[in-house]
Amino acid sequence: MNLLKSLAGATALALGLAGAAAAQDPVKAGFIYVGPVGDGGWTYEHNQGRLAVEEHFGDAVETIFQESVPEGADAERAITQMVLAGADIIFTTSFGYMDPTVAVAEKFPEVKFEHATGYKTAPNLGVYSARFYEGRAVQGTIAGRMTKSNIIGYIASFPIPEVIRGINSAYIHAKKVNPDVQFKIVWAYTWFDPAKEADAAKALIEQGADVILQHTDSTAPQAAAAEAGNVFTFGQASDMSEYAPSPRISSIIDNWGPYYIARVQAVIDGTWESDNTWDGIGPGMVKIGEISDAVPAEVKAEAEALRDKIAAGEYHPFTGPLNKQDGSVWLAEGETADDGTLAGLDFYVEGIEGEIPN
Amino acid sequence: MQIMIFGQIDLILLLASLMVASTPILLAALGELVVEKAGVLNLGVEGMMITGAVVGFAVGVNTQSPAVGFLAAALAGALLSLLFGLITQYLKSNQVATGLALTLFGLGLSSLLGKPYEGVKAATLGKMHLPFLSDIPVLGPILFRHDPMVYLSILAVVAVWAFLTYTRPGLILRAVGENHEAAHALGYKVVRVRLLAILFGGAMAGLGGAYVSLVRVPQWTEGMTAGAGWIALAIVVFASWRPLRVLIGAYLFGGVSVLQLNLQAAGVAIPVEYLSSSPYLVTILVLVIISLRGQHGAPGSLGRIFHASS
Repeated sequence: MNLLKSLAGATALALGLAGAAAAQDPVKAGFIYVGPVGDGGWTYEHNQGRLAVEEHFGDAVETIFQESVPEGADAERAITQMVLAGADIIFTTSFGYMDPTVAVAEKFPEVKFEHATGYKTAPNLGVYSARFYEGRAVQGTIAGRMTKSNIIGYIASFPIPEVIRGINSAYIHAKKVNPDVQFKIVWAYTWFDPAKEADAAKALIEQGADVILQHTDSTAPQAAAAEAGNVFTFGQASDMSEYAPSPRISSIIDNWGPYYIARVQAVIDGTWESDNTWDGIGPGMVKIGEISDAVPAEVKAEAEALRDKIAAGEYHPFTGPLNKQDGSVWLAEGETADDGTLAGLDFYVEGIEGEIPN
Repeated sequence: MQIMIFGQIDLILLLASLMVASTPILLAALGELVVEKAGVLNLGVEGMMITGAVVGFAVGVNTQSPAVGFLAAALAGALLSLLFGLITQYLKSNQVATGLALTLFGLGLSSLLGKPYEGVKAATLGKMHLPFLSDIPVLGPILFRHDPMVYLSILAVVAVWAFLTYTRPGLILRAVGENHEAAHALGYKVVRVRLLAILFGGAMAGLGGAYVSLVRVPQWTEGMTAGAGWIALAIVVFASWRPLRVLIGAYLFGGVSVLQLNLQAAGVAIPVEYLSSSPYLVTILVLVIISLRGQHGAPGSLGRIFHASS
């Protein structure tokens, strides 16, 4: 093997092809995924980001990834394995990898780690996420206008701040345009299980929901809605445009590519530092997928205006007056939520029924 | 109490979707039951299911016929299980390791085969309203307005039960599973019987997988069986290798899974943590209670390697 390598190296040298990049070891970037790259949603978009890194750097960067890594103890093994495989920077792309990533980062101070959607950092561990709740505000507006039954179904995954922010933001903005709106929330306790996601969508539809929002990763709820007919959905994490123009009437698209490229570049330059990135529609980390023709023009215009105001920084989706579920005041008139509160959000706003599981 | 809990839930719709949700596990578990009755432990159910899911979907899309898709899925599942059969029966490899490898192989193979079918829509299986029966109030919409695979899966339970209990080949199959040396001494072809059982198990797992991709969801997504094969394996054990109990187990699991989602959507005041773990708890509890009385041992030769010479 070594002989082969040196032979290959010698040949390359002889041919004069070996530039600076080939002569030194390429930087290795690793990615840990919670679902398969073909989930059509969350993991698919992270993998698109990885492919963007490959395309941008060419031979200077090598990427490796592992799919369907369970959250919890097994993740620690998978991340460690990736370190041992020679990764210089590792992106762990699900909330449940937080503690495993912290543990591995402690053991390997020379390797850089980036954990998505978490909040624990270390000198060699940064966190990054996107302000999906900005997109949820746009979705909520469309959903509130589109529902005829005034029942909006929400397929939630795990009771973590990111998911709760999404529910709150969607509810606030649906309520704003349609005071009669009611949210039915189902916790699937999974990020990816198409059959269960489809069952959840069907349960919500059977109980009168005619707009379904999802915070799980597969396109199964879209398929269930398409089968039921007269139900609208939104693409989650990815555009899911194969279900447009209906049931999918818009989407939140996660755009990780530019961030991954910037962070890998920092490793190459030796300027990488632990960070805490949380970007939204403005910087382009969250995109709103095309609002389809199934949506009336005036609703589309209203939603796009909201999107543009958020992007310009003129409007914050969590602007008072807002009360907590128990009726106590959260934000006074004109006050906006600070990032600290949002990062640890663990309550519903006033009007949402039901309790958040522990 | 009843009215409060079920206030917003349409019971008829709920029971009907319970049957749909249970069918994939039922098919796969029934196949695995026959395999284990023959003394073979095939842990590759998940791999065969997912392969059935992708092949069934792909063929269903290309032929525009879900029926042909199901046929192809059964064939694909059987083919994959044949691989397991050849390795474990002729090369005498360890069944546990080979079964696990089969699952990994099936997952990889299916994601490769499925790439062109992501985001494609297939014709789904139409509902078959049984004449007269489907017009019975309440029971009609619950039991008799399903797609043909639901009926087929229930017929298969009865057929497997009758086959194992009353027919000569069924007795031979059980003999092979209970004590392969004795069966061999009596002149039965142990390996041949087992291969046939393995093929049946593969075909049924394939059908179960195709039911997920062609009816229950319906679409192809990588890894979409998401552990259903493991549930099927567990149900066979908790049902103490009895076909009718497998039916109960599969329907309980599928039923409680759907019920808990409906209860959540209806906003019932039961903590979600309990609701979402309830399918596992209820299924295991009920099957264990059923199995408390009577015989419930595993087939005597389960998982053991058979050497004709010894």
